Amino acid sequence: MTELRLEALSYGTRLREVDLTARPGETVGLVGPNGSGKTTLLRCVQGILTPTSGRALLDGDDLHTLTPKARARRIAGVPQDSSSEFELTVREVVALGRSPHKRFWETDTAEDRARVERALTRVGVAELADRPYPTLSGGERQRALVARALVQDPALLVLDEPTNHLDIRHQLDVLGLARRLGARGTTNILALHDLNLAAAHCDRLYVLERGRVVAEGPPGEVLTPALLAAVYGVAAEVIPHPTTGTPTVLYLPGPPVEHDLSAM
Amino acid sequence: MKAPAAGSSATRSPATRPSAGRSPATRYGLVVTGLLVALAVAVVAGVALGSVRIPVGEVVPILTGRAAPSPYRTIVLDVRLPRVLLGAVVGGGLAVVGAVLQALVRNRLADPFLLGISSGASAGAVLVLVLGVGGGVGITSAVALPAGAFAGALLALVLVYALARRGATMTGAGLVLAGVAVSYILAALTTLLLVLAGRPEHFQEAMFWSLGGLGSARWDTLALPAVVLALGIAALLTLARPLDLLLVGEEGATVLGLDTARFRAAVFVLASLVTAVMVAASGAVGFVGLMVLHAARMAVGAPHRRLLPVAALGGALALVLADLAARTVAAPQDIPVGVLTALTGGPFFLWLMRRRAEGSPV
Repeated sequence: MTELRLEALSYGTRLREVDLTARPGETVGLVGPNGSGKTTLLRCVQGILTPTSGRALLDGDDLHTLTPKARARRIAGVPQDSSSEFELTVREVVALGRSPHKRFWETDTAEDRARVERALTRVGVAELADRPYPTLSGGERQRALVARALVQDPALLVLDEPTNHLDIRHQLDVLGLARRLGARGTTNILALHDLNLAAAHCDRLYVLERGRVVAEGPPGEVLTPALLAAVYGVAAEVIPHPTTGTPTVLYLPGPPVEHDLSAM
Repeated sequence: MKAPAAGSSATRSPATRPSAGRSPATRYGLVVTGLLVALAVAVVAGVALGSVRIPVGEVVPILTGRAAPSPYRTIVLDVRLPRVLLGAVVGGGLAVVGAVLQALVRNRLADPFLLGISSGASAGAVLVLVLGVGGGVGITSAVALPAGAFAGALLALVLVYALARRGATMTGAGLVLAGVAVSYILAALTTLLLVLAGRPEHFQEAMFWSLGGLGSARWDTLALPAVVLALGIAALLTLARPLDLLLVGEEGATVLGLDTARFRAAVFVLASLVTAVMVAASGAVGFVGLMVLHAARMAVGAPHRRLLPVAALGGALALVLADLAARTVAAPQDIPVGVLTALTGGPFFLWLMRRRAEGSPV
């Protein structure tokens, strides 16, 4: 059970003094318009970027002082897209997820291979396993990368727009998978564009705007017409979903009604 | 989802491995066995053919040490065999380095010659030669020359990499342009050094260092390349996993736990070392790896544990054959072997480049 805590994390002007906590087993969503800093934040969390100030703590360990390997044993991510001109097969790409748990000269064991097959099946790309990875469609690649993150066996799963190439069924699959992992103790942090998916699948949301956190809390508290008008510049109503009761955003045509944000 | 892309792999993938019916392990065994047999045949042919033709019936007993005294013994054992074996070692070494460089820059156009590493090695070796470090003869020179070549190679590689890299991105075009420019500068520098040093043979020497040739092969010049190649392959095979990680990109490799900066430095040193030792023995032979690696990946896939041995064998075979052609097509003229590798590898390079420009994923 892992807790992620960001303390005044900054990265140049793209991320300014972000405080954030993802509690053990929790699924935390980052929402906000393009350029608000979601991806930068997730790249800092994955150790791809080193923050210019502030700290990112994983169960109290500053994750930027961990070695890449120690970090990769605890954090797995699905990057927005990564392509390669070399034809590793899908299975070979997924198997690379075992790397953090191996000495560099070690080969995969039967158990590693079994994990890989399970992950391939779980995200529904088993029938693509022998295909060269570059020949996959965007959505297929994304699912393969989710499988790779699964075999990495992480305590913290970082998903940056895990659904942007996927059709609706696979969007729900991937998010449902994240939820089930959460139920087993994995902590999830994900960036999402679709506010309704975010509301339905995240325990708490952080709303980013120009590198700052402007709201945080359970989706029902955060997603208000006032906030949507102020941050996204859209008019919308938020109603409970008739079946599940989760807050659901219904967009309205036309400019937003003026709201007083300080009342939030 | 049944996206349009989810068609059968046979119809869609550009380089589908013809793996149907055979397990990858069987396939790999077949490829390696086939290459070993082909290499053995090529070595025998390389020893038998040349300005003086020696019957194969005489060559094989001499090679296996069971020959009655033969007039060909000296030619076979002291002239041709070291030359053929040096060709095999240099070809294998350059192809392996090519594979590693291609992983490092994630580009199939990478080659030690095209990236200026070979020219750097030549320049370093010639500098040692001209300055007379190590006395110019004997064992000191056998170490000083490769050492100079190593320094030159490493310097050229770091320079080209730094020039081609803009932030986190590195385009194939930028890489090749930087490599070719650095290569030209260093080749010019090499010739200048030879001329300034007043070496009477400077013209021939410059040709050797810029185009390569196996004519100077002797048993004592073969030992170091052979040892370095064996150790280099062993080292790189233990690094097969991190090399595979490089294929998913620097960010991907980082999030999968690779210390990319450190690993890249280690690969720079290894690649420069192997290139330098090969160049010190044979000059700057180019384009050996491109075709070999393309075929090797089609045959056994991209993972380095399988790719590297196949690259080494394929490179060895390719250069033994190229040298055989160099000695025989215009006999008794001995064409520098680099001329032939450039004449075959160059057009292949252009074809690869066109194919990529047309948007093929390969």
